[in-house]
Amino acid sequence: MRKLLPHMRKYIKFAVLSPIFMILEVVADIIIPYLMSRIVDVGIANQDVTYVLKIGSIMVVSALIGMTFGVLSSHCGARAGFGFAAEIRQELYKKVQDFSFANLDKFTVPSLVTRLTNDCNTIGQVTMMSLRMAVRAPFLMIFALFMAMRINASLVRVFVVSIPFLIIALTIILSKARPLFLKFQSRVDRVNAIIQENLTAIRVVKSFNRQSYEESRFKERNDSLMNTALKAISLIVFLMPVLNIVVYSTIIAVLWFGGQQVVAGTMGSGELISFITYITQILMAFMMMSFFFMQLLRGSASVSRVVEILNTESEIKEDPQPLEEISDGSVTFNKVSFRYPLSKEKTLKNINFHIESGEILGIIGSTGSSKTTLVQLIPRLYDVTEGSVSVGGVDVRKYSIKALRDNVAFVLQNNTLFSGTLRENMKWGKEDATDEEIIWALKQAQAWEFVSKYEEGLDYWVEQGGDNFSGGQKQRLTIARALLKSPKIIILDDSTSAVDMTTDAKIQRAFKEELKDVTTIIIAQRVSSIQHADRILVMNEGEVEQIGKHEDLLNNSPIYREIYESQKKGVVGA
Amino acid sequence: MKGKQLRPKDTKRTLIRLFSYFKYNRALFFGGIFFIILASIMEVGINGMLSPVIDSLIGDYDKSFFIKYLLIMIGMMVVVAITQYIGNLSMAKLAQRTVHRIREDMFSHMEKLPVSYFDKHSHGELMSTFTNDVDMLNQSLEQSVSQIIVSLVTVVGTFVMMLILSPLLTVVVILMLGIMLLSVKYVGKKSARNFRRQQFALADMNGYIEEMMSGQKVIKVFNYEERAIEKFNMKNEELRIAATQASTYGTMLMPVMGNLSFVLYALISMLGAYMVMINRLSVGNIASFLQYTRTISRPITQVSNQLNTLFAALAGAERIFNVLDEEIEKDEGDVVLVEDSEGENKLYWKVPKEKGEYEEIPLKGYITFKDVDFGYEPGKKVLKNINLYAKPGQKIAFVGSTGAGKTTITNLINRFYEIEKGVILYDGIDIRRINKHSLRSTMSIVLQDVHLFEGTVADNIRYGRLDATDEEVVEAAKLANAHYFIKHLPQGYDTMLTVDGQNLSQGERQLLSIARAAIADPTILILDEATSSIDTRTEKLISEGMDKLMEGRTTFVIAHRLSTVRDSNAIMVLENGEIIERGDHEELMARKGRYYALNMGTLELE
Repeated sequence: MRKLLPHMRKYIKFAVLSPIFMILEVVADIIIPYLMSRIVDVGIANQDVTYVLKIGSIMVVSALIGMTFGVLSSHCGARAGFGFAAEIRQELYKKVQDFSFANLDKFTVPSLVTRLTNDCNTIGQVTMMSLRMAVRAPFLMIFALFMAMRINASLVRVFVVSIPFLIIALTIILSKARPLFLKFQSRVDRVNAIIQENLTAIRVVKSFNRQSYEESRFKERNDSLMNTALKAISLIVFLMPVLNIVVYSTIIAVLWFGGQQVVAGTMGSGELISFITYITQILMAFMMMSFFFMQLLRGSASVSRVVEILNTESEIKEDPQPLEEISDGSVTFNKVSFRYPLSKEKTLKNINFHIESGEILGIIGSTGSSKTTLVQLIPRLYDVTEGSVSVGGVDVRKYSIKALRDNVAFVLQNNTLFSGTLRENMKWGKEDATDEEIIWALKQAQAWEFVSKYEEGLDYWVEQGGDNFSGGQKQRLTIARALLKSPKIIILDDSTSAVDMTTDAKIQRAFKEELKDVTTIIIAQRVSSIQHADRILVMNEGEVEQIGKHEDLLNNSPIYREIYESQKKGVVGA
Repeated sequence: MKGKQLRPKDTKRTLIRLFSYFKYNRALFFGGIFFIILASIMEVGINGMLSPVIDSLIGDYDKSFFIKYLLIMIGMMVVVAITQYIGNLSMAKLAQRTVHRIREDMFSHMEKLPVSYFDKHSHGELMSTFTNDVDMLNQSLEQSVSQIIVSLVTVVGTFVMMLILSPLLTVVVILMLGIMLLSVKYVGKKSARNFRRQQFALADMNGYIEEMMSGQKVIKVFNYEERAIEKFNMKNEELRIAATQASTYGTMLMPVMGNLSFVLYALISMLGAYMVMINRLSVGNIASFLQYTRTISRPITQVSNQLNTLFAALAGAERIFNVLDEEIEKDEGDVVLVEDSEGENKLYWKVPKEKGEYEEIPLKGYITFKDVDFGYEPGKKVLKNINLYAKPGQKIAFVGSTGAGKTTITNLINRFYEIEKGVILYDGIDIRRINKHSLRSTMSIVLQDVHLFEGTVADNIRYGRLDATDEEVVEAAKLANAHYFIKHLPQGYDTMLTVDGQNLSQGERQLLSIARAAIADPTILILDEATSSIDTRTEKLISEGMDKLMEGRTTFVIAHRLSTVRDSNAIMVLENGEIIERGDHEELMARKGRYYALNMGTLELE
């Protein structure tokens, strides 16, 4: 929680005002029963109608003042609570933007979404409640106790018994309930998990006739959820009766002791009535507190989920005096080793090679041979564990991240387009790109041939994730988007796998002829996609097996030959 | 995601339906209500006792009366505590059991829904009904119902007591309550409007975050962070304003009502005092009356607070019932699969004839499509006039671009969808006559996106046949070429898989799903080949595994790679839902048509 508090700064005014207004409301409210006792004990006793009217009017005014402060407190509390939530949400979003790829691997999208929406909302609500309830309850208690003392100090002794009793009872119930509620939450998660699982895999369930098997799995979890819930609830249900017993016992005790004082004439009957009102208020305040603690419990889970994100540090740190200029597109790997944060084994082992600026390098190798991992080190999506990667002769860690990534375009394997027009999507590459520039890029990526057929042209609407394009079309669009960055280096990670061979060949040609100065690195499964590259790098289990031209590799790389032979079979006449 | 409905469309129907669930726990329901009402009446009564107790102190003091009244109060207090405990516990139990039952009904209904339902509804939507709506209903049943009952009884009881104490003062109370109700209505209206606005802002924000976070890696690669933050901030601000307003109005009710009740308290004090002076009322009467003015405003605040949640919960209940009302998959088939009566391990279709006689047809795996038409929506045909046959043990491959209808054909064989026209025969029997359970038990599918379940590796393989022994599991894994990688997992076959097997690679998951299909020992096999992202070597393991799996089974392959198609007995080239070319590899290559073009790399497959 301490970690989050600084985000209250912008709304601190409201965070301070809300409790103040609340205290003022409590003051206004607490006087009223006392005033009433004056009406009974003085007004009625003296048959003084004007006194009754005077005191009565003060009561009404007091209530109206209380109402005004109460409403103000609500408003300030809401502003502070939800302002606070918005600030945290913004901070979270910024933090996620700052995440490295390694961080992103750790959190799933739904879990991030929940944290930014539900958790932030809960924090806002709990904050608002805290500002109001956490202040109202203790002050109500103190003021009411003070008034009760003023009326009759000897009767206050009754509280010496009832308040500790109530505290003990509440503590026992709540502390027993807490672990049950935590257990309950984990049971809820288990039920949700199986529902999610069945939703995504419904076809598997149906084709294997596993409906009743799944139902029995669900039943077991659902039953245990209900049983845990019942246990927790049968504890909580004790709260109300216990509170009522305490309240009424106290009232009866006050009536007993106070009643004798009234008979003896040392206490007015109006005082006795107002005393009873204060008792109700004091004990209600306790109830409010226990309710508030339960809310806090709910909030604390959200807070820890949010803080977990804020505490996640991006491993990718910028040099304090970063270089902004990148001289050329040459790339050097010098004794590079790499290990993913949570894994034990090295994914890349002692990689050494150099690419000239403007060269086209193909990379091929089996899955798990770490081709993608290798190229991800160039734009610093991950940092090397040992050794160094240099671009333009300088270690990539010396550049500013923005300069580096602006110059290194990376077309990811899971390429995504975003909902919006095609033009908007293309502008991701260059914010102020003109239509001519966009069309040029689309042409290079062989995407213009289908885009030009759309009536809407560049205004054609892209669905979320680019779902309204075929795999091959999507890949071509994402290549075009990357080209708009006019990078010094472009990396295509299996980006033409769904494109037909003829088009693929056209893209290769465009890279060779139109983008001579751009260093191009192509990862591919198909030999045909890279066989015309200047050089080809064959990866095997995290190491460079061979590097050379197509013809040479056919002679001296058994892996390359094996891949080539296996693919030749599929294509008749090739 | 759009903003959710906050009010049910048909409140009455939903309520009746909801109440029908209580019939399973009638005793709890009526008992609970009875005790809650009793507790509320007793509470009203205790406050009423103040009047005689205080009056017994004033004037002619009679200690025996005083003690008698106090003892009555103690008795009432004990009754309140006990009845409140029983009542609340019953309602809570009722809520839990009802929700438990609803959850169970929903799940088993979901399992029975046809596949087409899941095409039309997103997972998120269903998930939210399952979690949020059910949760909301649970809360409402647990709290709102009993609170509303308590409030009603308290209000009515208090009114009765007030009338007994002083009709004149009661008129003042009624006037004041009128003002209170008006302000509740005004604030409530504003609060509901802003609450809706907040829901919309939240849904909008949700959608935006989800889309951006799914593409977060692209954002990084394009240095798009700042622009993403800018747009986010706009939505965040809108949400902040909406939430602030919604909850300002939401929480305003408490101080407004609380203080209005103090105004009432003041008015009663003044008027009451005057009436005491003119001997129309006793001091004890005022004491009780004042206590009542405090208790009568609380139920009104509570009910108005509960009403919004209650309506939202009912809207959720309506969504739940809508799911429950969805038509389930029909299964009117009367042909079932039986084991041979002679005890050999051969399976037969038991086909009922007239007069209780049966014909036994041996299970072979002969599939015929005759003039089949199909569309996911009426009027939009996805498959037109499909005719084909597969003899037992043959391999049929479907080739064609995305949307050509390859997957659809295979989905018709296992009756995930019902055909519009024509007939599909299985060993000469119309598949519509075959009991679905029997039909599907003879088939296995290997889908391109593999879905695995939480549990061990062995559990996942055994999913194909629940009574398979450990040896059989290993056997199947070996056949699927999965044994090698499984043995290298930390706990081998006992390695726990996380949700959907996320801790395995795509290729490994594929191998597991082959093993799962193998253990089922199906007569018919449907293979939906994985597209890219599997390398040639793993691919080789997979295709070897598949080859072994296909031996002796009728196989339908949805091909994404031409290399696996060549040895098929027949290749169907699909376009726009029609078979445009058919034949084996040599025939099709010789024809120099679409298949030839695909093979020569001049056409896109996907």
